[in-house]
Amino acid sequence: MQRDRLRVIGFSALLGLAFLFLWQALTSVQPAGRGVPGPLAVGATAVQMLAHPFYNNGPNDKGIGLQLAASLGRLGVGWVVASVVAIMGGVALGLSPTLYRAVNPYVQVLKPISPLAWMPLFLYTIKDSSQSAILVIFMSSLWPTLANTAFGVATIKRDYLNVAAILQLSWWRRLVTVILPAAAPAIVAGLRISIGSAWVAIVAAEMLIGGTGIGYFVWNEWNNLALTSVIFAILAIGLIGVLLDAVLGRLSRRLAYTE
Amino acid sequence: MSYLEIDHVTKFFPATEGGGEVCVFRDVSFKIEQGEFVTMVGHSGCGKSTLLNIIAGLERPSAGGVVLEGREIRRPGMDRMVVFQNFSLMPWMTVFDNVRLAVRAAHPDWHRSAVNQFVQRYVDMVGLGGAERKRPAALSGGMRQRVGLARAFSTEPKVLLLDEPFAQIDALTRGVIQDELVRMWTASRSTVFMVTHDVDEAIVLSDRIALMTSGPDARLAELVDVKLKRPRSRAELLDEPDYQRLRTRILRFLVDRAPRPAAGEERRAAGEGHPGAGGGPGFETPPARDPARPRVPLASVTSQA
Repeated sequence: MQRDRLRVIGFSALLGLAFLFLWQALTSVQPAGRGVPGPLAVGATAVQMLAHPFYNNGPNDKGIGLQLAASLGRLGVGWVVASVVAIMGGVALGLSPTLYRAVNPYVQVLKPISPLAWMPLFLYTIKDSSQSAILVIFMSSLWPTLANTAFGVATIKRDYLNVAAILQLSWWRRLVTVILPAAAPAIVAGLRISIGSAWVAIVAAEMLIGGTGIGYFVWNEWNNLALTSVIFAILAIGLIGVLLDAVLGRLSRRLAYTE
Repeated sequence: MSYLEIDHVTKFFPATEGGGEVCVFRDVSFKIEQGEFVTMVGHSGCGKSTLLNIIAGLERPSAGGVVLEGREIRRPGMDRMVVFQNFSLMPWMTVFDNVRLAVRAAHPDWHRSAVNQFVQRYVDMVGLGGAERKRPAALSGGMRQRVGLARAFSTEPKVLLLDEPFAQIDALTRGVIQDELVRMWTASRSTVFMVTHDVDEAIVLSDRIALMTSGPDARLAELVDVKLKRPRSRAELLDEPDYQRLRTRILRFLVDRAPRPAAGEERRAAGEGHPGAGGGPGFETPPARDPARPRVPLASVTSQA
């Protein structure tokens, strides 16, 4: 077990180093000042940016920490609001087969729509780019949680609901002591998918709205032809994504239960 | 007036194929006195668990009704607690919280410390002290059902409904938990209705045993008094001739009825007689019938309710 783990880590590190080496080798044969920057150049930029992550020199020159914080702030608001709405809606759909079947066609149509497609509509109606971005996040995190919650609630074992009925629990106590905990694993699985797709959507949304955020940062650095910054930002986006997923993975392990 | 009265209860279920309805059991009537332990024995499919669910208020009868202390049962209530065959504990809750859920439901006005004290009493009573923080998945079947019993008794119900409570517990543990059940029942003096297909279990525990014919269209065949004195010990009962006689009688009933159509059907036919009975072959004498097959195709038995 322990040896297996070490072998995996070793192999993983080897792959990473090989990739970096190859990358550096390929980029160093390009003419200087043109082409894709190599890992050393990106590393130098990373050190520089991480030394002052929160500086603020006006709208077009902010530290990467501030940009990420802006994105995470939007993500937080949009995702939390969407999750609350989706869980409430999902519970209602899960408890009523009739409602579920009546609403399902609409959900099926709405689900495949890219959350960014809503952007013009949001910009036109609320006339605020930052809030529009939050609404895009809202749209992107709504469906997975809604569908998973509805499924989780609909498949709660009859026995648990019978116990709740015999104990004559009020609807609120039934919700918090039986329905939500019973469906929790499915709900958290939905939340996990949601936050992933929201994090994917935010980059694109911020490229459109401009101002702040990691998506805007990537686009801005591209306009400055600062490709080292772009590559570092891409890595940062990936790492934050892993972190978000890990937090929800933890939550899912805490709420899991075996029958 | 009786304490708990099952009054001409009939239950139809939708047929699995071809529409229509199938009668599970028909016209089941009997009375249970306060503090009595009555067990229903019958083959799978005779609807005994369905009847238990009707008494619990989880299902509605197609015809007839159940009356507890003069009031008709229409929905579940705290006066009737069920112990389920599959335990039905909340798997995300600890042993303590499972019992606590019931105690809080029974006493919503109690202070937290009073609730906890009460829960602890029942957890200790079933010998689960020390396992309070465990989840059901970490317990054996026997221990899980102990939690089920603690949960049911902790609400001090008027009627305890046991739905094959020992079916999923290994034979050695079963006897121990049955003894615990008797002890708790004796202390609480609640009324018990149990469903089982274990004849020994029924005899050891019950005051009376209700025998159901086989389903579909099952009937209550008879109510057998168990006159063995209490407390009953399994070891002594084995040498008791009354016990053996009772056991043989019930087993014979079950074996005899197993492959045949509803015995109630035959008895009723014999009792009422058809026009030809006793007076030579009548005009409407039905053709000789294969006793292994119901008189009416099942799919055509439809609801009259």
